[in-house]
Amino acid sequence: MGHIWSMIGQRLALGVLTLFIVSLLIFLGTELLPGDFAQEILGQSATPETVAALREQLGLNEPLVTRYFGWLTDVLRGDLGESLANGNSVSDLIGRRLGNTLSLALYAAAIAVPLSLTLGILAALFRNSFFDRFANASALTSISFPEFFVAYILIFFLAGAGGMFPPISNFRGDPTISEYLYRAFLPALTLTLVVTAHMMRMTRAAIINLLASPYIEMARLKGMPPMRIIVKHALPNALAPIINVVALNLAYLITGVVVVEVVFVYPGLGQLMVDSVASRDMPVVQGIALVFAAAYVLLNLTADVLATLSNPRLVHKR
Amino acid sequence: MQNVMSNVWVLALSGLSILVVALNMGLSIDLFGFLGGFGGFLTGLFTVGAVIVVAMLAGWIFQQALLAISPRGMARELRTAPLTASFGMLMIVIYILLAVFAPVIAPFSETEVVGPEFLFPGDRAEFLLGTDHLGRDLLSRLIYAARNTVGIAFVTTALAFILGSVLGLLAAVVGGWMDQVLSRGVDVLMAIPALIFALLLLTIVGTSIINMILVIAVIDATRVYRLARAVAMNIVVMDYVEAARLRGEGLWRLITREILPNAMAPLVAEFGLRFCFVFLTISALSFLGLGIQPPTADWGSMVKDTATMISFGAITPLLPAGAIALLTVSVNFVVDWQLHRASGLKE
Amino acid sequence: MAEIGDNKDVLLTMRDLRIEGRADETWSEIVKGVDLTLHRGEVLGLIGESGAGKSTIGLAAMGFARDGCRISGGQILFDGIDMRKTSEAERRAMRGKRIAYVAQSAAASFNPSHKLIDQYSETPVQHGVMGRGEAQGDAVELYRRMQLPDPDEIGFRYPHQVSGGQLQRAMTAMAMACRPDLIIFDEPTTALDVTTQIEVLSAIRDIVEQFDTAAIYITHDLAVVAQMADKIKVLLKGEEVEESDTRSMLSSPSQDYTKSLWAVRSHARAEQPAVEAGAVPVVSVRGVTAGYGTVDVLKDINFDIHAKRTVAVVGESGSGKSTTARVITGLLPPRKGDVLFNGATLPANYKARTRDQLRQAQMIYQMADTALNPKLKIRDLIGRPAQMYLGLNGKALDTRIRELLDLIELEPDQYIDRLPSELSGGQKQRIGIARALAAEPQFIICDEVTSALDQLVAEGILKLLDKLQREFNLAYMFITHDLATVKAIADEVVVMKEGVVVEQGPKSDMFQPPHDPYTELLLSSVPEMDPDWLSGLLAERAAKAS
Repeated sequence: MGHIWSMIGQRLALGVLTLFIVSLLIFLGTELLPGDFAQEILGQSATPETVAALREQLGLNEPLVTRYFGWLTDVLRGDLGESLANGNSVSDLIGRRLGNTLSLALYAAAIAVPLSLTLGILAALFRNSFFDRFANASALTSISFPEFFVAYILIFFLAGAGGMFPPISNFRGDPTISEYLYRAFLPALTLTLVVTAHMMRMTRAAIINLLASPYIEMARLKGMPPMRIIVKHALPNALAPIINVVALNLAYLITGVVVVEVVFVYPGLGQLMVDSVASRDMPVVQGIALVFAAAYVLLNLTADVLATLSNPRLVHKR
Repeated sequence: MQNVMSNVWVLALSGLSILVVALNMGLSIDLFGFLGGFGGFLTGLFTVGAVIVVAMLAGWIFQQALLAISPRGMARELRTAPLTASFGMLMIVIYILLAVFAPVIAPFSETEVVGPEFLFPGDRAEFLLGTDHLGRDLLSRLIYAARNTVGIAFVTTALAFILGSVLGLLAAVVGGWMDQVLSRGVDVLMAIPALIFALLLLTIVGTSIINMILVIAVIDATRVYRLARAVAMNIVVMDYVEAARLRGEGLWRLITREILPNAMAPLVAEFGLRFCFVFLTISALSFLGLGIQPPTADWGSMVKDTATMISFGAITPLLPAGAIALLTVSVNFVVDWQLHRASGLKE
Repeated sequence: MAEIGDNKDVLLTMRDLRIEGRADETWSEIVKGVDLTLHRGEVLGLIGESGAGKSTIGLAAMGFARDGCRISGGQILFDGIDMRKTSEAERRAMRGKRIAYVAQSAAASFNPSHKLIDQYSETPVQHGVMGRGEAQGDAVELYRRMQLPDPDEIGFRYPHQVSGGQLQRAMTAMAMACRPDLIIFDEPTTALDVTTQIEVLSAIRDIVEQFDTAAIYITHDLAVVAQMADKIKVLLKGEEVEESDTRSMLSSPSQDYTKSLWAVRSHARAEQPAVEAGAVPVVSVRGVTAGYGTVDVLKDINFDIHAKRTVAVVGESGSGKSTTARVITGLLPPRKGDVLFNGATLPANYKARTRDQLRQAQMIYQMADTALNPKLKIRDLIGRPAQMYLGLNGKALDTRIRELLDLIELEPDQYIDRLPSELSGGQKQRIGIARALAAEPQFIICDEVTSALDQLVAEGILKLLDKLQREFNLAYMFITHDLATVKAIADEVVVMKEGVVVEQGPKSDMFQPPHDPYTELLLSSVPEMDPDWLSGLLAERAAKAS
């Protein structure tokens, strides 16, 4: 078992390295910003003297490397700087909204993951049947839809004049769970529709890919029923690609919500990011990008480790 | 004949699925009686059916027309197309025609204010699909947007594709340090989610059409690179490539004669898929107000501009959104057919 | 037919069995009316070349057709049950329980995610024959009878932790789990090395005898089937050629096709005069040690290849014979040692070799499918070396391509503009030969060039190579695992094992004792066309051991 842990250790180290490089990229992004950071904060009316003073104050005259590590240390301590727009702490801004984004992702994932895995397995079992073709064509179609199309269709029908669900998920304070589930239903449903299709198609494809394998034929020749063949013989070997696609979609649920949050005016990170990009509020954009990238890297890493653990060739060495 | 029937089925099903959402909605409308009773639901269902039948017929007629004018070798391939793919090809041709002949077809100009604001579709005969928040003709803007949105998406995809596939092929064929450097670089770029990365880069370089094209091209090139490299890697290990290397063939000939012809099918399919992704990304950025800027007509920003009308029961924002959806669905249908053919799977 | 139904001893009958396969949306018959009768406890050998339909018939006995195939006509009676009329559920209930299957590649046919013993017990547990615990105990007992090492423990390993020959025996044990009436063996030893094959063959034979199980043994290897079967049925393109009991089939085949199959092994190359003293070898491998990573796959390899000579490099999988070829071609620069060409040292890496050095050494591959670019026409495949090395173009090139096609006995007008996919396996291999010839080399490496081909086709390729050698004074290095091929074509033999040359010398010496023990083992393991060969060999080895 030793080698598997060293393998996982290697992956973890690689993940940390990736995060480090990503942080470097994000930091360097600011440096490439046309114009002067200090000028940007003070606006066009500032005198050269005040700009120079601020540069000094912000440490912009220090060498790049010093500033990067200074920034990185701050980030690791949870200090992401201050917003250019309103001077609020970026960590506070993000902290407030991260929870919202994560709970929406959780909401959608709780519906989408079991649903799509079940549908994928059933489609593989009844391949080329009416059900399979129907599910497949629906999936292909819904993958092709832009999120806002799905969102507005849902609003049009479910939240129109006097509709059953609120067209915007604007909630203040701490809503009760049932109230939250009600108010966030439409964005969660939109996300569910978008990711279910992809996961279902990939689950089906991963299983069907294996059905031509000699060991599946062997199982059939041992007289095993079709459901057992899919679940006991194909599924365990299809786990790695399925885990990967689930992770990809979970990552998408966290980082891809931007459009959906905007449509439903949902107070999440994506909404904040769009506002900050529009006002070029660099520290906020930087902070959010870092949080999203970290979530993305972590999920991929988890998937990687789980996929490794699902492979008996790697777990049980000769 | 059996083949035709199965095609009919597939198309019927996929058409149905386009409206599976609408169908559920119909059910809820029926339950809550917002838009009439059971009759309304049936009418909805009937409309859905009619749309599918028309689409199916159009696809079939288009396929027959294509078969009649294409040479024998091509006709044989076309015959393998399911009706979904024929319908997809028909739609793509229509979009291209719209884009090319936009000024001729559109009743009004792209940017001129010609009537009152927020007219619902059908309110006035001269504005077939109503007007937008400034009083511009929606139909005309829809048509012009075909030119802008599709054109920009195509250019971006082409850029991403050239960059990604050239580097991917090189990495696979040359191998060694070149592969290491390129692949690790791409790994890092891919560790940042695409839309977030695009937003970050756009904040840095500022929002403009050129910037958007370049940013999206670079980000999507990383995905193309991954695929091109993987495909080429499978070919590079073939004995015929080894034989060519041992013969002393140069890099150029190795790529163009031995590898590219055998990598073409998956790469072409990837082009279609990549186009859909790019197209959706651009639309999303425009929808967020960070992509194609006014007054240029563009489907994404048209959705944003008319979004409020949906609260008053107008379908207006669904029209440009639907235009996007229809094109991506069409491209995906064609790609799906090509992928199926390339994989050699016969059901 | 009534009298067959009355006969209590008959287990399986097929009458006018017809099976169709689908290609390009059209169905065509691949089994064209085959009759078959099998009694309880009897072993029937089904023999034929690829495309004969042997596996398809074997699977049809289970009422099973692969995807893209369908049983379209005839009758299959298993113990009085009409397999075509029963429901799928009833057939499923019989598969594994009353009729079992042993596949060609055990490594691919065991599910990589489950332990061997779990895969064993699945059949009896799911069919309700016995409980899990009982099945596991039974598995250990069968593993012991199959002479698997460490029978108490081996079942708790995953398939990738067990060697190929052991897996094949574990699979036979698995087929025995429900003590079926009939087992279909589908080429169970084809993927194995000869020395391993012996163990598997004897284990299979013992267990089938012990339980008095009837079996259909499918193979393309006559000598193997001679050991296993009571009677043999010869198939050709989905039709029966003839059937009789094993001994009379071997001693006096009646049909021409069967005789031609029997005759294959008799081809042998004429003895060549000894190499003149002091002659410089075309290729000389000097003290080569090479490997991947830190592992040495080759250890101090030395041998020479002279003009007009064929050196056969023989060994089982993992012996390093293909790695030797990679060192000679320059794909794998050695850690130590050199490759000399006409006495001059070749640069270790092919990239450093001159165009003429590359031209002089050509290669023919095992799998013609992957050796020919599927998107290029025959004209371009063969023409390219001639154009590149000899500067031929236009009319001259066309003439040369036609000459080459004539040489490999393919009609130029008919084949010159075809794609590889429009050729048969043997024709593709001929194109591979033509491509090598087009460079006008002195030396050609033939890497298992006949092992993917049927015997008659392989024979044609060997004869062609022989003819070309004489015509162009070529030196061949012939990599093979098949000693029959060695007998047919070699002048000298190099025997390799685990990266070391264990013995080398002229062919005449090689097939005469005394030998290195490994060569001895290798030689004695090659099945012979004698039904008593396996029993004799096992008795002899047992006597030696005690």
